[in-house]
Amino acid sequence: MPNSQIQISNVSKIFSTGGNEIVALDDINLEIQAGEFICLLGPSGCGKSTLLNAIAGFSPPTSGKITVDGKPVQKPGPDRGIVFQEYALFPWMTVEKNIAFGLEIKKIPKAQIKGQVDALLKMLNMQDFRDRYPKDLSGGMRQRVAIARVLALDSPIMLMDEPFGALDSLTRRNLQDELLRIWMEFKKTIIFVTHSIEESIYLADRIIVMTYRPGKIKKEVIVTMPRQRDPSSVEFNELKKILSLLVMEEQTRHHEDQIKVSTAD
Amino acid sequence: MPFALLALWQYLSSQAIVNPQILPAPTTVIAKWWEYLAPPDAFDASQSSYLAWLFSGEMIRDAYASLYRVVVGFLIGGILALPLGLMMGANDRVYKLFNPLIQILRPIPPIAFIPLSILWFGLGNPPAIFLIVLGAFFPILMNTIAGVRHVDSIYIRAAQSLGAGQTTMFLRVMLPAATPYILTGARIGVGTAFIVVIVAEMIAVNNGLGYRILEAREFFWSDKIIAGMFTIGLLGLAIDTGMNSLNNYLLKWHRGMESK
Repeated sequence: MPNSQIQISNVSKIFSTGGNEIVALDDINLEIQAGEFICLLGPSGCGKSTLLNAIAGFSPPTSGKITVDGKPVQKPGPDRGIVFQEYALFPWMTVEKNIAFGLEIKKIPKAQIKGQVDALLKMLNMQDFRDRYPKDLSGGMRQRVAIARVLALDSPIMLMDEPFGALDSLTRRNLQDELLRIWMEFKKTIIFVTHSIEESIYLADRIIVMTYRPGKIKKEVIVTMPRQRDPSSVEFNELKKILSLLVMEEQTRHHEDQIKVSTAD
Repeated sequence: MPFALLALWQYLSSQAIVNPQILPAPTTVIAKWWEYLAPPDAFDASQSSYLAWLFSGEMIRDAYASLYRVVVGFLIGGILALPLGLMMGANDRVYKLFNPLIQILRPIPPIAFIPLSILWFGLGNPPAIFLIVLGAFFPILMNTIAGVRHVDSIYIRAAQSLGAGQTTMFLRVMLPAATPYILTGARIGVGTAFIVVIVAEMIAVNNGLGYRILEAREFFWSDKIIAGMFTIGLLGLAIDTGMNSLNNYLLKWHRGMESK
Protein backbone atom coordinates (compact mmCIF):
# COMPACT_ATOMS: atom_id res chain seq x y z
CA MET A 1 0.00 0.00 0.00
CA PRO A 2 1.80 3.14 -1.07
CA ASN A 3 -0.42 5.49 0.86
CA SER A 4 0.14 4.19 4.37
CA GLN A 5 1.42 6.84 6.73
CA ILE A 6 3.82 4.66 8.67
CA GLN A 7 5.65 1.81 7.00
CA ILE A 8 7.70 -0.63 8.99
CA SER A 9 9.59 -3.07 6.79
CA ASN A 10 11.74 -5.98 7.93
CA VAL A 11 12.67 -4.21 11.16
CA SER A 12 14.90 -6.10 13.58
CA LYS A 13 16.55 -4.88 16.72
CA ILE A 14 19.28 -6.74 18.55
CA PHE A 15 20.62 -5.62 21.89
CA SER A 16 23.97 -7.02 22.91
CA THR A 17 24.74 -6.89 26.59
CA GLY A 18 27.87 -8.50 27.95
CA GLY A 19 28.25 -11.06 25.17
CA ASN A 20 24.55 -11.92 25.25
CA GLU A 21 22.46 -11.05 22.26
CA ILE A 22 18.81 -10.33 22.80
CA VAL A 23 16.62 -10.23 19.74
CA ALA A 24 14.09 -7.61 20.81
CA LEU A 25 12.47 -7.28 17.39
CA ASP A 26 12.60 -9.88 14.67
CA ASP A 27 11.54 -8.98 11.14
CA ILE A 28 8.59 -6.76 11.91
CA ASN A 29 6.42 -5.69 8.99
CA LEU A 30 3.57 -3.31 9.64
CA GLU A 31 1.67 -0.67 7.71
CA ILE A 32 -0.32 1.95 9.52
CA GLN A 33 -2.82 4.25 7.85
CA ALA A 34 -3.34 7.85 8.81
CA GLY A 35 -5.98 8.15 11.50
CA GLU A 36 -5.71 4.58 12.71
CA PHE A 37 -5.73 3.70 16.40
CA ILE A 38 -3.24 0.87 16.84
CA CYS A 39 -2.53 -0.98 20.07
CA LEU A 40 0.67 -2.95 20.51
CA LEU A 41 -0.20 -5.68 23.00
CA GLY A 42 2.02 -8.19 24.71
CA PRO A 43 3.72 -9.15 27.97
CA SER A 44 6.68 -7.17 29.20
CA GLY A 45 9.83 -7.95 27.29
CA CYS A 46 8.02 -8.56 24.01
CA GLY A 47 9.59 -5.58 22.33
CA LYS A 48 6.50 -3.40 22.05
CA SER A 49 8.22 -0.43 23.65
CA THR A 50 11.32 -1.12 21.56
CA LEU A 51 9.20 -0.87 18.43
CA LEU A 52 7.64 2.36 19.66
CA ASN A 53 11.08 3.81 20.43
CA ALA A 54 12.23 2.89 16.95
CA ILE A 55 9.25 4.69 15.40
CA ALA A 56 9.92 7.64 17.69
CA GLY A 57 13.51 7.75 16.47
CA PHE A 58 15.16 7.22 19.85
CA SER A 59 16.88 3.97 18.99
CA PRO A 60 17.19 3.04 15.34
CA PRO A 61 16.57 -0.58 14.30
CA THR A 62 19.55 -2.85 13.75
CA SER A 63 18.18 -3.64 10.31
CA GLY A 64 15.11 -2.80 8.27
CA LYS A 65 13.42 0.49 7.55
CA ILE A 66 10.79 2.72 9.12
CA THR A 67 9.29 5.51 7.09
CA VAL A 68 6.75 8.13 8.04
CA ASP A 69 5.02 9.81 5.12
CA GLY A 70 7.59 8.22 2.85
CA LYS A 71 10.54 9.70 4.73
CA PRO A 72 12.86 7.44 6.73
CA VAL A 73 12.85 8.03 10.49
CA GLN A 74 16.24 9.24 11.66
CA LYS A 75 15.71 11.13 14.86
CA PRO A 76 12.93 12.17 17.20
CA GLY A 77 10.82 15.07 16.04
CA PRO A 78 7.63 16.95 16.71
CA ASP A 79 5.77 15.16 13.89
CA ARG A 80 5.63 12.17 16.25
CA GLY A 81 4.51 13.33 19.68
CA ILE A 82 5.19 11.01 22.57
CA VAL A 83 3.36 10.41 25.81
CA PHE A 84 5.59 8.41 28.10
CA GLN A 85 4.93 5.71 30.61
CA GLU A 86 6.57 7.63 33.41
CA TYR A 87 5.67 11.15 34.16
CA ALA A 88 7.95 12.94 31.78
CA LEU A 89 6.60 16.42 32.39
CA PHE A 90 9.36 18.87 33.20
CA PRO A 91 9.02 19.28 36.97
CA TRP A 92 10.62 22.75 36.93
CA MET A 93 7.98 24.15 34.61
CA THR A 94 4.41 25.00 35.45
CA VAL A 95 1.58 23.26 33.63
CA GLU A 96 1.34 26.23 31.28
CA LYS A 97 5.07 26.23 30.53
CA ASN A 98 5.08 22.49 29.94
CA ILE A 99 2.33 22.76 27.35
CA ALA A 100 3.92 25.82 25.76
CA PHE A 101 7.43 24.32 25.58
CA GLY A 102 7.15 22.84 22.08
CA LEU A 103 5.44 25.97 20.77
CA GLU A 104 8.14 28.23 22.18
CA ILE A 105 10.76 26.14 20.40
CA LYS A 106 8.87 26.75 17.17
CA LYS A 107 9.07 30.48 17.95
CA ILE A 108 5.35 31.00 17.75
CA PRO A 109 4.24 34.48 18.93
CA LYS A 110 3.49 34.71 22.66
CA ALA A 111 -0.13 35.76 22.26
CA GLN A 112 -0.85 32.85 19.99
CA ILE A 113 0.82 30.39 22.38
CA LYS A 114 -1.29 31.72 25.21
CA GLY A 115 -4.45 31.26 23.16
CA GLN A 116 -3.55 27.69 22.32
CA VAL A 117 -2.63 26.80 25.89
CA ASP A 118 -5.90 28.34 27.08
CA ALA A 119 -7.89 26.25 24.64
CA LEU A 120 -6.12 23.03 25.61
CA LEU A 121 -6.49 23.68 29.33
CA LYS A 122 -10.15 24.35 28.82
CA MET A 123 -10.64 21.20 26.77
CA LEU A 124 -8.98 19.14 29.51
CA ASN A 125 -10.82 21.04 32.21
CA MET A 126 -7.63 22.13 33.90
CA GLN A 127 -7.79 25.93 33.79
CA ASP A 128 -7.28 26.17 37.54
CA PHE A 129 -3.96 24.34 37.37
CA ARG A 130 -2.23 26.61 34.88
CA ASP A 131 0.39 27.90 37.33
CA ARG A 132 0.90 24.70 39.29
CA TYR A 133 3.99 22.55 39.14
CA PRO A 134 3.70 18.86 38.20
CA LYS A 135 4.45 17.79 41.78
CA ASP A 136 1.10 19.30 42.81
CA LEU A 137 -0.90 17.24 40.29
CA SER A 138 -2.42 13.79 40.55
CA GLY A 139 -1.20 11.05 38.20
CA GLY A 140 -4.21 11.43 35.94
CA MET A 141 -3.79 15.19 35.66
CA ARG A 142 -0.11 14.82 34.83
CA GLN A 143 -0.88 12.50 31.96
CA ARG A 144 -3.55 14.95 30.77
CA VAL A 145 -0.89 17.65 30.66
CA ALA A 146 1.46 15.25 28.87
CA ILE A 147 -1.23 14.70 26.25
CA ALA A 148 -1.85 18.44 25.98
CA ARG A 149 1.88 19.03 25.48
CA VAL A 150 1.77 16.77 22.43
CA LEU A 151 -1.54 18.15 21.16
CA ALA A 152 -0.16 21.68 21.30
CA LEU A 153 2.34 20.77 18.60
CA ASP A 154 -0.41 19.34 16.46
CA SER A 155 1.65 16.24 15.66
CA PRO A 156 -0.23 14.00 13.20
CA ILE A 157 1.08 10.94 15.04
CA MET A 158 0.87 10.24 18.76
CA LEU A 159 3.03 7.53 20.24
CA MET A 160 1.91 6.41 23.67
CA ASP A 161 3.97 4.09 25.86
CA GLU A 162 1.65 2.58 28.48
CA PRO A 163 0.57 6.09 29.41
CA PHE A 164 -2.19 5.02 31.78
CA GLY A 165 -0.40 2.06 33.32
CA ALA A 166 0.12 3.68 36.70
CA LEU A 167 -3.39 5.06 37.14
CA ASP A 168 -6.28 3.67 39.15
CA SER A 169 -9.00 2.05 37.08
CA LEU A 170 -11.51 4.88 37.33
CA THR A 171 -9.06 7.57 36.29
CA ARG A 172 -7.84 5.25 33.62
CA ARG A 173 -11.29 4.81 32.09
CA ASN A 174 -11.80 8.58 32.18
CA LEU A 175 -8.57 9.21 30.36
CA GLN A 176 -9.27 6.47 27.83
CA ASP A 177 -12.58 8.13 26.98
CA GLU A 178 -10.90 11.51 26.79
CA LEU A 179 -8.22 10.11 24.51
CA LEU A 180 -10.83 8.59 22.19
CA ARG A 181 -12.62 11.93 22.04
CA ILE A 182 -9.37 13.70 21.20
CA TRP A 183 -8.50 11.06 18.63
CA MET A 184 -11.82 11.50 16.86
CA GLU A 185 -11.79 15.28 17.07
CA PHE A 186 -8.21 15.80 15.91
CA LYS A 187 -7.96 12.77 13.58
CA LYS A 188 -4.61 11.60 14.93
CA THR A 189 -2.81 8.39 14.20
CA ILE A 190 -2.23 6.75 17.56
CA ILE A 191 0.15 3.92 18.37
CA PHE A 192 -0.56 2.87 21.91
CA VAL A 193 1.55 0.35 23.80
CA THR A 194 -0.22 -1.57 26.55
CA HIS A 195 -0.16 -4.90 28.32
CA SER A 196 -3.81 -4.62 29.28
CA ILE A 197 -6.01 -6.71 27.01
CA GLU A 198 -9.12 -4.84 28.04
CA GLU A 199 -7.52 -1.48 27.36
CA SER A 200 -6.50 -2.57 23.87
CA ILE A 201 -10.00 -3.79 22.99
CA TYR A 202 -11.57 -0.65 24.42
CA LEU A 203 -9.38 1.65 22.37
CA ALA A 204 -8.00 0.12 19.20
CA ASP A 205 -9.04 -0.21 15.59
CA ARG A 206 -6.38 -2.84 15.25
CA ILE A 207 -4.53 -4.78 17.92
CA ILE A 208 -1.05 -6.09 17.17
CA VAL A 209 -0.23 -8.97 19.49
CA MET A 210 3.49 -9.47 19.89
CA THR A 211 5.49 -12.52 20.92
CA TYR A 212 7.99 -12.72 23.73
CA ARG A 213 11.61 -12.92 22.59
CA PRO A 214 12.22 -12.77 19.77
CA GLY A 215 9.64 -10.00 19.38
CA LYS A 216 7.53 -10.81 16.37
CA ILE A 217 4.02 -10.02 15.35
CA LYS A 218 2.00 -12.98 16.55
CA LYS A 219 -1.38 -11.85 15.32
CA GLU A 220 -3.26 -8.83 14.12
CA VAL A 221 -6.81 -8.43 15.36
CA ILE A 222 -9.14 -5.89 13.82
CA VAL A 223 -11.74 -4.63 16.28
CA THR A 224 -14.95 -3.75 14.48
CA MET A 225 -17.18 -3.07 17.47
CA PRO A 226 -18.63 0.43 17.33
CA ARG A 227 -17.48 2.88 20.02
CA GLN A 228 -18.36 3.54 22.81
CA ARG A 229 -17.47 -0.08 23.50
CA ASP A 230 -19.08 -1.87 26.39
CA PRO A 231 -16.60 -4.01 28.33
CA SER A 232 -19.46 -6.12 29.67
CA SER A 233 -20.85 -7.04 26.25
CA VAL A 234 -20.63 -10.61 24.90
CA GLU A 235 -18.62 -9.54 21.88
CA PHE A 236 -16.09 -7.67 24.01
CA ASN A 237 -15.62 -10.63 26.28
CA GLU A 238 -15.26 -13.14 23.47
CA LEU A 239 -12.48 -11.07 21.97
CA LYS A 240 -10.96 -10.74 25.41
CA LYS A 241 -10.93 -14.52 25.75
CA ILE A 242 -9.21 -14.99 22.39
CA LEU A 243 -6.61 -12.34 23.15
CA SER A 244 -6.07 -13.68 26.67
CA LEU A 245 -5.12 -17.06 25.25
CA LEU A 246 -2.69 -15.46 22.82
CA VAL A 247 -1.08 -13.25 25.45
CA MET A 248 -1.02 -16.01 28.07
CA GLU A 249 1.05 -18.23 25.76
CA GLU A 250 3.65 -15.50 25.57
CA GLN A 251 3.40 -14.69 29.26
CA THR A 252 4.11 -18.34 30.04
CA ARG A 253 7.18 -18.32 27.80
CA HIS A 254 8.31 -15.14 29.53
CA HIS A 255 7.78 -16.79 32.90
CA GLU A 256 9.69 -19.95 31.91
CA ASP A 257 12.48 -17.78 30.65
CA GLN A 258 12.71 -16.01 33.98
CA ILE A 259 12.85 -19.33 35.83
CA LYS A 260 15.64 -20.43 33.51
CA VAL A 261 17.53 -17.24 34.22
CA SER A 262 17.12 -17.48 37.97
CA THR A 263 18.17 -21.12 38.14
CA ALA A 264 21.13 -20.42 35.89
CA ASP A 265 22.33 -17.89 38.42
CA MET B 1 22.16 23.98 78.10
CA PRO B 2 23.83 27.00 76.48
CA PHE B 3 22.84 29.09 79.48
CA ALA B 4 24.32 26.58 81.89
CA LEU B 5 27.56 26.63 79.93
CA LEU B 6 27.58 30.42 79.88
CA ALA B 7 26.96 30.53 83.60
CA LEU B 8 29.79 28.11 84.25
CA TRP B 9 32.08 30.10 81.98
CA GLN B 10 31.15 33.33 83.74
CA TYR B 11 31.73 31.72 87.12
CA LEU B 12 35.15 30.30 86.18
CA SER B 13 36.43 33.58 84.81
CA SER B 14 35.00 35.99 87.36
CA GLN B 15 36.31 33.87 90.24
CA ALA B 16 39.68 33.90 88.48
CA ILE B 17 39.71 30.10 88.55
CA VAL B 18 40.98 30.35 85.01
CA ASN B 19 43.16 33.22 83.99
CA PRO B 20 40.85 35.93 82.52
CA GLN B 21 43.71 36.82 80.27
CA ILE B 22 43.21 33.43 78.61
CA LEU B 23 39.48 32.99 78.96
CA PRO B 24 37.72 36.30 79.63
CA ALA B 25 34.23 36.25 81.09
CA PRO B 26 31.28 36.30 78.70
CA THR B 27 30.23 39.70 79.97
CA THR B 28 33.66 41.08 79.11
CA VAL B 29 33.42 39.53 75.65
CA ILE B 30 29.99 41.03 75.06
CA ALA B 31 31.17 44.45 76.18
CA LYS B 32 34.13 44.15 73.82
CA TRP B 33 31.89 42.93 71.03
CA TRP B 34 29.71 45.98 71.46
CA GLU B 35 32.70 48.26 71.52
CA TYR B 36 34.00 46.58 68.38
CA LEU B 37 30.60 47.01 66.71
CA ALA B 38 29.78 50.55 67.78
CA PRO B 39 30.99 53.66 65.94
CA PRO B 40 34.28 54.91 67.41
CA ASP B 41 33.37 58.63 67.52
CA ALA B 42 30.28 60.50 68.56
CA PHE B 43 27.86 61.38 65.81
CA ASP B 44 28.74 64.62 64.06
CA ALA B 45 26.36 65.73 61.31
CA SER B 46 28.99 67.93 59.70
CA GLN B 47 31.39 65.00 59.25
CA SER B 48 29.15 62.30 57.79
CA SER B 49 25.59 61.18 57.26
CA TYR B 50 23.86 59.26 60.04
CA LEU B 51 23.96 56.00 58.13
CA ALA B 52 27.67 56.28 57.38
CA TRP B 53 28.27 57.02 61.05
CA LEU B 54 26.20 54.04 62.12
CA PHE B 55 28.32 51.72 60.02
CA SER B 56 31.65 53.26 60.88
CA GLY B 57 32.42 50.70 63.60
CA GLU B 58 35.51 48.61 63.13
CA MET B 59 33.61 45.36 63.08
CA ILE B 60 31.22 46.54 60.39
CA ARG B 61 34.14 47.52 58.19
CA ASP B 62 35.89 44.20 58.86
CA ALA B 63 32.77 42.19 58.18
CA TYR B 64 32.18 44.16 55.00
CA ALA B 65 35.74 43.54 53.82
CA SER B 66 35.46 39.81 54.49
CA LEU B 67 32.04 39.54 52.91
CA TYR B 68 33.19 41.47 49.86
CA ARG B 69 36.04 39.00 49.32
CA VAL B 70 33.75 36.00 49.78
CA VAL B 71 31.15 37.36 47.36
CA VAL B 72 33.61 38.38 44.66
CA GLY B 73 35.62 35.18 44.95
CA PHE B 74 32.53 33.01 45.04
CA LEU B 75 31.02 34.73 42.01
CA ILE B 76 34.21 34.41 39.95
CA GLY B 77 34.55 30.77 41.02
CA GLY B 78 30.94 30.08 40.13
CA ILE B 79 31.11 31.86 36.79
CA LEU B 80 34.13 29.73 35.86
CA ALA B 81 32.85 26.45 37.29
CA LEU B 82 29.29 26.48 36.01
CA PRO B 83 29.87 26.51 32.23
CA LEU B 84 32.82 24.15 32.52
CA GLY B 85 30.78 21.78 34.67
CA LEU B 86 27.85 21.88 32.26
CA MET B 87 30.12 21.11 29.33
CA MET B 88 32.01 18.39 31.16
CA GLY B 89 28.80 16.77 32.28
CA ALA B 90 27.20 16.86 28.86
CA ASN B 91 30.15 15.99 26.67
CA ASP B 92 32.41 13.01 27.23
CA ARG B 93 35.24 14.43 25.16
CA VAL B 94 35.39 17.63 27.19
CA TYR B 95 35.16 15.54 30.33
CA LYS B 96 38.14 13.39 29.38
CA LEU B 97 40.11 16.45 28.39
CA PHE B 98 39.77 18.29 31.70
CA ASN B 99 39.22 15.52 34.20
CA PRO B 100 42.87 14.45 34.80
CA LEU B 101 43.92 18.03 35.55
CA ILE B 102 40.98 18.57 37.86
CA GLN B 103 41.54 15.34 39.71
CA ILE B 104 45.08 16.43 40.51
CA LEU B 105 44.25 20.01 41.51
CA ARG B 106 41.09 19.25 43.46
CA PRO B 107 42.65 17.48 46.45
CA ILE B 108 45.09 20.35 47.07
CA PRO B 109 43.56 22.46 49.85
CA PRO B 110 43.25 26.12 48.81
CA ILE B 111 45.35 26.97 51.86
CA ALA B 112 48.30 25.20 50.23
CA PHE B 113 48.11 27.78 47.47
CA ILE B 114 48.86 30.64 49.86
CA PRO B 115 52.61 30.92 49.14
CA LEU B 116 52.06 30.75 45.41
CA SER B 117 49.20 33.22 45.51
CA ILE B 118 51.33 35.78 47.35
CA LEU B 119 54.14 35.19 44.89
CA TRP B 120 51.78 35.70 41.99
CA PHE B 121 49.50 38.41 43.28
CA GLY B 122 51.47 40.14 46.02
CA LEU B 123 49.53 41.31 49.06
CA GLY B 124 46.03 42.73 49.46
CA ASN B 125 42.78 41.58 47.96
CA PRO B 126 44.00 39.75 44.81
CA PRO B 127 45.70 36.79 46.52
CA ALA B 128 42.85 36.46 49.02
CA ILE B 129 40.26 36.47 46.29
CA PHE B 130 42.29 34.01 44.25
CA LEU B 131 42.23 31.57 47.14
CA ILE B 132 38.50 32.01 47.60
CA VAL B 133 37.91 31.43 43.89
CA LEU B 134 39.77 28.13 44.24
CA GLY B 135 37.76 27.19 47.30
CA ALA B 136 34.43 27.87 45.61
CA PHE B 137 35.37 26.54 42.17
CA PHE B 138 35.80 22.83 42.81
CA PRO B 139 32.65 22.05 44.81
CA ILE B 140 30.52 23.89 42.26
CA LEU B 141 32.31 22.20 39.37
CA MET B 142 32.06 18.67 40.74
CA ASN B 143 28.39 19.03 41.64
CA THR B 144 27.49 20.58 38.30
CA ILE B 145 29.11 17.66 36.49
CA ALA B 146 27.27 15.17 38.67
CA GLY B 147 24.01 17.10 38.22
CA VAL B 148 24.18 17.06 34.44
CA ARG B 149 25.15 13.40 34.40
CA HIS B 150 22.17 12.51 36.56
CA VAL B 151 19.57 14.25 34.41
CA ASP B 152 16.86 11.67 33.84
CA SER B 153 17.06 10.59 30.20
CA ILE B 154 13.29 10.76 29.95
CA TYR B 155 13.46 14.57 30.09
CA ILE B 156 16.03 14.58 27.31
CA ARG B 157 13.90 12.30 25.18
CA ALA B 158 10.74 14.28 25.85
CA ALA B 159 12.50 17.50 24.89
CA GLN B 160 13.94 15.95 21.74
CA SER B 161 10.55 14.75 20.65
CA LEU B 162 9.17 18.23 21.26
CA GLY B 163 11.78 19.57 18.84
CA ALA B 164 14.37 21.00 21.25
CA GLY B 165 17.73 21.87 19.72
CA GLN B 166 21.06 21.91 21.54
CA THR B 167 20.75 25.35 23.11
CA THR B 168 17.21 24.80 24.36
CA MET B 169 18.21 21.41 25.69
CA PHE B 170 21.09 22.99 27.59
CA LEU B 171 19.36 26.02 29.01
CA ARG B 172 15.83 24.80 29.57
CA VAL B 173 16.27 21.10 30.32
CA MET B 174 19.76 20.18 31.53
CA LEU B 175 20.44 23.32 33.55
CA PRO B 176 17.17 23.32 35.53
CA ALA B 177 17.27 19.54 35.93
CA ALA B 178 20.77 19.84 37.40
CA THR B 179 19.87 22.78 39.66
CA PRO B 180 19.45 20.74 42.87
CA TYR B 181 23.00 19.44 42.49
CA ILE B 182 24.39 22.82 41.45
CA LEU B 183 22.89 24.50 44.50
CA THR B 184 24.35 21.85 46.78
CA GLY B 185 27.70 22.61 45.19
CA ALA B 186 27.18 26.34 45.65
CA ARG B 187 26.38 25.85 49.30
CA ILE B 188 29.50 23.79 49.91
CA GLY B 189 31.45 26.29 47.81
CA VAL B 190 30.33 29.28 49.82
CA GLY B 191 31.19 27.41 53.02
CA THR B 192 34.69 26.70 51.75
CA ALA B 193 35.03 30.31 50.58
CA PHE B 194 34.21 31.48 54.08
CA ILE B 195 36.82 29.24 55.67
CA VAL B 196 39.39 30.32 53.12
CA VAL B 197 38.69 34.03 53.57
CA ILE B 198 39.47 33.91 57.27
CA VAL B 199 42.75 32.10 56.69
CA ALA B 200 43.71 34.34 53.78
CA GLU B 201 43.07 37.43 55.86
CA MET B 202 45.42 36.16 58.53
CA ILE B 203 48.20 36.22 55.98
CA ALA B 204 47.77 38.46 53.01
CA VAL B 205 45.75 41.53 54.03
CA ASN B 206 45.38 44.01 56.86
CA ASN B 207 41.67 44.19 57.45
CA GLY B 208 38.76 41.78 57.67
CA LEU B 209 37.61 39.53 60.47
CA GLY B 210 40.45 37.04 60.07
CA TYR B 211 43.07 39.76 60.25
CA ARG B 212 41.39 41.32 63.27
CA ILE B 213 41.46 38.22 65.45
CA LEU B 214 45.08 37.57 64.56
CA GLU B 215 45.91 41.17 65.37
CA ALA B 216 44.08 40.86 68.69
CA ARG B 217 46.22 37.87 69.57
CA GLU B 218 49.35 39.92 69.23
CA PHE B 219 48.03 42.32 71.86
CA PHE B 220 46.72 39.51 74.06
CA TRP B 221 43.18 40.80 73.63
CA SER B 222 41.52 37.47 74.16
CA ASP B 223 38.13 39.18 74.63
CA LYS B 224 38.44 40.68 71.19
CA ILE B 225 39.52 37.35 69.69
CA ILE B 226 36.37 35.72 71.01
CA ALA B 227 34.24 38.69 69.96
CA GLY B 228 35.69 38.39 66.47
CA MET B 229 35.03 34.66 66.38
CA PHE B 230 31.48 35.29 67.46
CA THR B 231 31.07 37.72 64.58
CA ILE B 232 32.51 35.17 62.14
CA GLY B 233 29.93 32.68 63.39
CA LEU B 234 27.09 35.16 62.93
CA LEU B 235 28.22 36.07 59.42
CA GLY B 236 28.55 32.41 58.47
CA LEU B 237 25.06 31.75 59.77
CA ALA B 238 23.72 34.71 57.79
CA ILE B 239 25.37 33.46 54.60
CA ASP B 240 24.01 29.96 55.08
CA THR B 241 20.52 31.28 55.78
CA GLY B 242 20.73 33.35 52.61
CA MET B 243 21.82 30.34 50.56
CA ASN B 244 19.02 28.32 52.07
CA SER B 245 16.34 30.78 51.05
CA LEU B 246 17.83 31.01 47.55
CA ASN B 247 17.66 27.23 47.47
CA ASN B 248 14.02 27.18 48.51
CA TYR B 249 13.13 29.81 45.96
CA LEU B 250 14.90 28.18 43.02
CA LEU B 251 13.66 24.71 43.87
CA LYS B 252 10.05 25.51 44.60
CA TRP B 253 9.11 22.99 41.90
CA HIS B 254 11.12 20.21 43.48
CA ARG B 255 9.25 17.22 44.87
CA GLY B 256 11.33 17.08 48.02
CA MET B 257 10.71 20.73 48.87
CA GLU B 258 7.50 21.34 50.72
CA SER B 259 6.37 24.92 50.23
CA LYS B 260 6.48 26.75 53.50
